[in-house]
Amino acid sequence: MLDTHDTNDAVIKISSLCKWFGQFKVLTDVDLEVRKGERVVICGPSGSGKSTLIRCINRLEEHQSGHIWVNGLEMTDNIKNIEAIRRNIGMVFQSFNLFPHLTVLENLTLGPTLVRQMKKKDADALAMQFLEKVCIPEQAHKYPLQLSGGQQQRVAIARSLCMEPEIMLFDEPTSALDPEMIKEVLDTMIELADSGMTMIVVTHEMGFARTVANNVVLMADGQIVETGPPESFFGNPQHERTRTFLDQILKH
Amino acid sequence: MQDHYHAAPTGRNKPRSLHDLLYSKAIRTTFYQVLMAVAICALGLFLYNNVVDNLTRQNIATGFSFLGQVSNFEIGEKLIPYTPRSTYLNALMVGLVNTLVVSAAGIIIATVVGFMVGIARVSGNWMLERLALTYVEIVRNVPVILQAIFWIVVLRNLPPPKNAFVLGEFGFLTNRGLYFAAPASTPVHFWMWLALAFGIVACIIGTVAARRYREVTGRYVDMLLPGLALILGLPFLVWLVAGAPTEISYPVPKGFNYVGGVSISPEFTALLIGISMYASGFIAEIVRSGIQATPKGQVEAARAIALKPRFIMRYVILPQAMRVIVPPLTSQYVSLIKNSSIAVVVGYPDLVNIGNTMMNQTGQAVEAIAVMMIVYLGISLTASLVMNLFNRFVAIKER
Repeated sequence: MLDTHDTNDAVIKISSLCKWFGQFKVLTDVDLEVRKGERVVICGPSGSGKSTLIRCINRLEEHQSGHIWVNGLEMTDNIKNIEAIRRNIGMVFQSFNLFPHLTVLENLTLGPTLVRQMKKKDADALAMQFLEKVCIPEQAHKYPLQLSGGQQQRVAIARSLCMEPEIMLFDEPTSALDPEMIKEVLDTMIELADSGMTMIVVTHEMGFARTVANNVVLMADGQIVETGPPESFFGNPQHERTRTFLDQILKH
Repeated sequence: MQDHYHAAPTGRNKPRSLHDLLYSKAIRTTFYQVLMAVAICALGLFLYNNVVDNLTRQNIATGFSFLGQVSNFEIGEKLIPYTPRSTYLNALMVGLVNTLVVSAAGIIIATVVGFMVGIARVSGNWMLERLALTYVEIVRNVPVILQAIFWIVVLRNLPPPKNAFVLGEFGFLTNRGLYFAAPASTPVHFWMWLALAFGIVACIIGTVAARRYREVTGRYVDMLLPGLALILGLPFLVWLVAGAPTEISYPVPKGFNYVGGVSISPEFTALLIGISMYASGFIAEIVRSGIQATPKGQVEAARAIALKPRFIMRYVILPQAMRVIVPPLTSQYVSLIKNSSIAVVVGYPDLVNIGNTMMNQTGQAVEAIAVMMIVYLGISLTASLVMNLFNRFVAIKER
């Protein structure tokens, strides 16, 4: 293919990415590499551009300059590239975004049957397999709004997994949950991490970052301030901005 | 002990004195309702007696026996047999059929135009969005009666038949009506209509079969083209097999008018354009708001699993939008049916127009109005019922 690019062993490579919302610059020269099987946690104050960054990776937002490669394929305006990349990337949203008019099982099989052209029987079996994995097979025939927030988010994770992606993006997956449901979702994510999935997670759950991440990234004002493995990121932050941020969220 | 917890203390709410009785909420509510019921009955009785008194004083017979009398007036446009020798009941039936025809045609046109304009309003195409907005604002904000008058004035100002506005040899636009060439009637047409009906049924079966096939094999079959081929191809095939009769009946000038082809009266056309454009503006807004009511996150989630735009529209947006669209759509249909009664200003012989004539000739105003009201009530309630059933079909179970 003409537009493939040698990204060494990085499955995602972002270089000097810039994005504006109108006059407002949300991302400034962002560079990021994610290797296969790596777990990257992105944190930072709200409005720092972390959600926008991961939404650029599957083009829910368009960037205006810079490059994004996923498995060597560049994300451009080319609809073939967009579709190919999206098939390979799952995404979990803060507000779940399950389809309320479809049952849990139908939510899970919509992508496999329409995009991957699977037989319904196979798609159903696949969906049940992932529902087992997130521990709610008994809810398969219910509608999303009949479930608790934690259950809905686990269904959303299963829905993404049904596309059997190589990469998973999490956009503040626990921010809309009641405290007692955060754990069940984090447990699911930890299990996923243990299975070797490449993950980029935007979250404020520092405990999760400490135990699961290979790399922690701090963003502020649309720029990456500091990147490092959790031990040095939490134990010995290099930048003043990182220290104030950690102070604020770890204090209580 | 048990009683203390479970049995409600008896007699606590019962008024114990005259004072309690006067201020008891239950007694007051009942009292006002009884008062209201008595007032309504008294008013009804008074009106009824008044009407009966006045009618007997003026020697006007009451009752519906006049419906059997000979009408003695001609009706310009009729789809069922009728002459001035027919009864008033026949005349009303002609009016009813005319009302139903113009309403049905109006609903179809308003729905098609309304959905197209509504989708155009959110198409993302700047030009299309502005055009659609302009259309909506014009047709929604000009009174429907004025729009009907506008169209009848336009059509009445077409040239007279002898120097008609000519569209090749295929049509003549005149102030007496619009005349178009049409295939000459042959028995083949009956079989073609039958083939069309058969094609529609086959298309529905095909769509269901395609879905089964997708469920079993995983392969998506787009039924749009095969479906169209079935619906249009079958009648075409019948036409070919029947020897492809190509005879066309052209409208030709004869006397003061045209014969042959098909003709549409200016009155019908003006009324139809007026009521359907007016309703289409409202329907367009209903469709737009339905599509926009689908949360943005739904589309993002669908994009994130790589669904193609047409699948997103078909499986994610439309099912959710229809729930928002159908209930207000029902009231637009009902109001279009009722708006068809402005036929009287353009001279189209609908139910109200004929009812008016009947009322003037017989003087049976109360009965004539009652008949018209009951008929409109019946049509509107039927339309609502059908749409409510449809709504139950598209309404999606969520919990």
